Amino acid sequence: MSTTNHGDYFIPEPSKWPIVGTVALTTTVIGVVNTIHSMQAGGSMSLLLPIGLLLIAYLFFGWFGAVIDESMAGLYNEQVDRSFRIGMLWFIFSEVMFFAAFFGALFYARVFALDWLAGGSNNAMTNELLWPGFEGVWPLLTNPDNAAIPGPKESMGPGGLPAINTAILLLSSVTVTIAHHALRQDHRKPLILWLAATVALGVIFLFLQVEEYVHAYQEMGLTLDSGIYGSTFFMLTGFHGFHVTMGTTMLLVMLIRAIKGHFTSDNHFAFEAVAWYWHFVDVVWLGLFIFVYWL
Amino acid sequence: MSAVIEEHHDHHDHKPSGIGRWLFSTNHKDIGTMYLWFSFIMFFVGGAMALVIRAELFQPGLQLVEPEFFNQMTTLHGLIMVFGVIMPGFVGLANWMVPMMIGAPDMALPRMNNWSFWLLPGAFGMLIASLIMSLMGMGSAPNFGWTFYAPLSTTYGPASTDYFIFSVHLMGISSIMGAINIIATIMNMRAPGMSYMKMPIFVWTWFITAYLLIAVMPVLAGVVTMMLMDRNFGTSFFNAAGGGDPVLFQHVFWFFGHPEVYIMILPAFGVVSQIVPTFARKKIFGYSSMVYATASIAFLSFIVWAHHMFTTGMPVAGELFFMYATMLIAIPTGVKVFNWVSTMWRGSMTFETPMLFAIGFIFLFTIGGFTGLMMCIAPADFQYHDTYFIVAHFHYVLATGAAFSIMAAVYFWIPKWTGNMYDEKLGKLHFWLTAIGGNILFFPMHFVGLAGMPRRIPDYSLQFAEFNAMATVGAFIFGFSQLIFLYNVIKTIRGGEKATDQVWEGADGLEWTLPSPAPFHSFTTPPTVK
Repeated sequence: MSTTNHGDYFIPEPSKWPIVGTVALTTTVIGVVNTIHSMQAGGSMSLLLPIGLLLIAYLFFGWFGAVIDESMAGLYNEQVDRSFRIGMLWFIFSEVMFFAAFFGALFYARVFALDWLAGGSNNAMTNELLWPGFEGVWPLLTNPDNAAIPGPKESMGPGGLPAINTAILLLSSVTVTIAHHALRQDHRKPLILWLAATVALGVIFLFLQVEEYVHAYQEMGLTLDSGIYGSTFFMLTGFHGFHVTMGTTMLLVMLIRAIKGHFTSDNHFAFEAVAWYWHFVDVVWLGLFIFVYWL
Repeated sequence: MSAVIEEHHDHHDHKPSGIGRWLFSTNHKDIGTMYLWFSFIMFFVGGAMALVIRAELFQPGLQLVEPEFFNQMTTLHGLIMVFGVIMPGFVGLANWMVPMMIGAPDMALPRMNNWSFWLLPGAFGMLIASLIMSLMGMGSAPNFGWTFYAPLSTTYGPASTDYFIFSVHLMGISSIMGAINIIATIMNMRAPGMSYMKMPIFVWTWFITAYLLIAVMPVLAGVVTMMLMDRNFGTSFFNAAGGGDPVLFQHVFWFFGHPEVYIMILPAFGVVSQIVPTFARKKIFGYSSMVYATASIAFLSFIVWAHHMFTTGMPVAGELFFMYATMLIAIPTGVKVFNWVSTMWRGSMTFETPMLFAIGFIFLFTIGGFTGLMMCIAPADFQYHDTYFIVAHFHYVLATGAAFSIMAAVYFWIPKWTGNMYDEKLGKLHFWLTAIGGNILFFPMHFVGLAGMPRRIPDYSLQFAEFNAMATVGAFIFGFSQLIFLYNVIKTIRGGEKATDQVWEGADGLEWTLPSPAPFHSFTTPPTVK
């Protein structure tokens, strides 16, 4: 083992935040289901949902606030810092696996499901009897049962907005790295500027993504319920967009903290964690750009 | 070393009192205790459901429950035993033992540790609430089997399925955070000199299990999310009419599900690898091969998932690949079994309750392993699939395997936890009743399964009657003998012969250098490991 001073381990005092977190998450998920069920019956949103979301906001402010206070008070030693790093690293890995499930669904549908529905392998009768005339081409514009589930009118190509968004995200990875270098050399002004630029790029990305969704829904007939193409398109880009939203929020918090004078040139794990997360979101986008928009 | 700990009294050593001690805990022992009690309570809840199932199957025809309710019982029994008993049981053991075994004061991320635990009552509260509502005549609890295959769970699932989906999400968040914590603890909190290849095997098996959890729980979250979208927002992941495929559900589910079964058995291997050397009074045979075997099993678990789907339909090349890949698992598993046997060989053996359960595990888990080997042969599996043969198989590895190892672990470590010895006579009685009851319960299932009795059906043909009656008798012996276990645990907590620090004559490792009961914070000053 390494040479840290094991003599003063850091163990936090008993904390209410885990219980707040449990109540918040449980309330939120029950609120989500109640809302779905209520809306399907023509009703309105369940009150539990906004309560749960407020509790989650309270949780984030409170828990992260407590951690920031402890960090600023110098309670954390090298060992705690390493635990945080290991934790963040494997959290990001778990996120990678979450996206892997949806990429897996995409590849499975494109490589196997469509081929078999169209009579490939030993499935000639599947096609003949169940889905006569179905052709398994990607992007799938005509679904096997196109009357029940009408396919989209056209597919989303890589040109235009997606290409611009790729450039924006790649650029934002560069700006956040420049900001990190500035922080390491304790140049506060460039840190704040480049971090602000990164946040701005994240917001622009999200704005353009919303534009693209509106275009897809209103003009292309490409919707969540337009068959497997729409399903995979919106679930993959949607979860990515959700992660960009979280990442942008995290970057914004880092920006506010930087303006407040938090972080030192050699102690700024929160900043690094957010930067790692941002690079992860960027890499996922490259996978999306290649396999969802382009190929 | 223990003297050092007794002298070291800072404000952390005062136990918080009242309900706040448990609600706001940042202590690995208290959180471990909560995990273990949660697991124990759920064991009785899930066990009661099993007894409903077995009572209905005591004789052919429909006697006690409606088929719809029977479906809810099989579903919830499976979900509760997998996610509510075995997994939290092992996490509880990890919480208690890993910091003590590696010479740490606590887990690396104590607050997150508590959150991991407290999400479970939330998740299972939602799940069990749907059963209570079903009993009150409001809708149905999940009724599609613990594997929740589409379209049973999508097109045909009851309204409670949406609550079930989010309950799985909460369990997943809990498991991922728990796993991250265990990895951070093992990588970062080891005492000086505790190199990776000196770690106790239990720590190693949990280290590897934690990686499995981080890799596959998000995939489970992904598949239930697809279910939620298919059910409520018109996506076509599992709907062929929109270009999706219900078989996709099975692939994604089992990509989670197969590593999941190793998540439930690798820590069991770890427990047995601690107990057998202790009572054979020898060092474990083949330490490094144990580590490599565990890692090999973990790796292989990612490339065998479709052996659960041989009859679903797959290209022949796929059937062959998954068949041979599955056979490979027998090699590292065999290494482990032979290592345990070699550890006992010419050992100075005694047979206290933990050892009895450990040896019971080796015998009975191996039976389950062999039936697994039979089922991995694709053409033979066409016969076994969805019969009671598979029910027999996975109960041998989970009930008389994983659950046996948890019982062994409780008897093994409870003197360290409470400072008191358990009642040996009651422990032995518990073992023999459980082992005999378990075999009367599960062994006949092999026969009815081979003869073609399908699983998850509340009625069966007359020729299966005798074996089913026998299994039901075994089930009640097995179930009710767990009350002895409960009584013994409570009795030990309340008092009993004082345990020494080392507890067992052959015990070796850092956890046995601490006083019994272990101090609130394990090692506030790191021990030195030679």
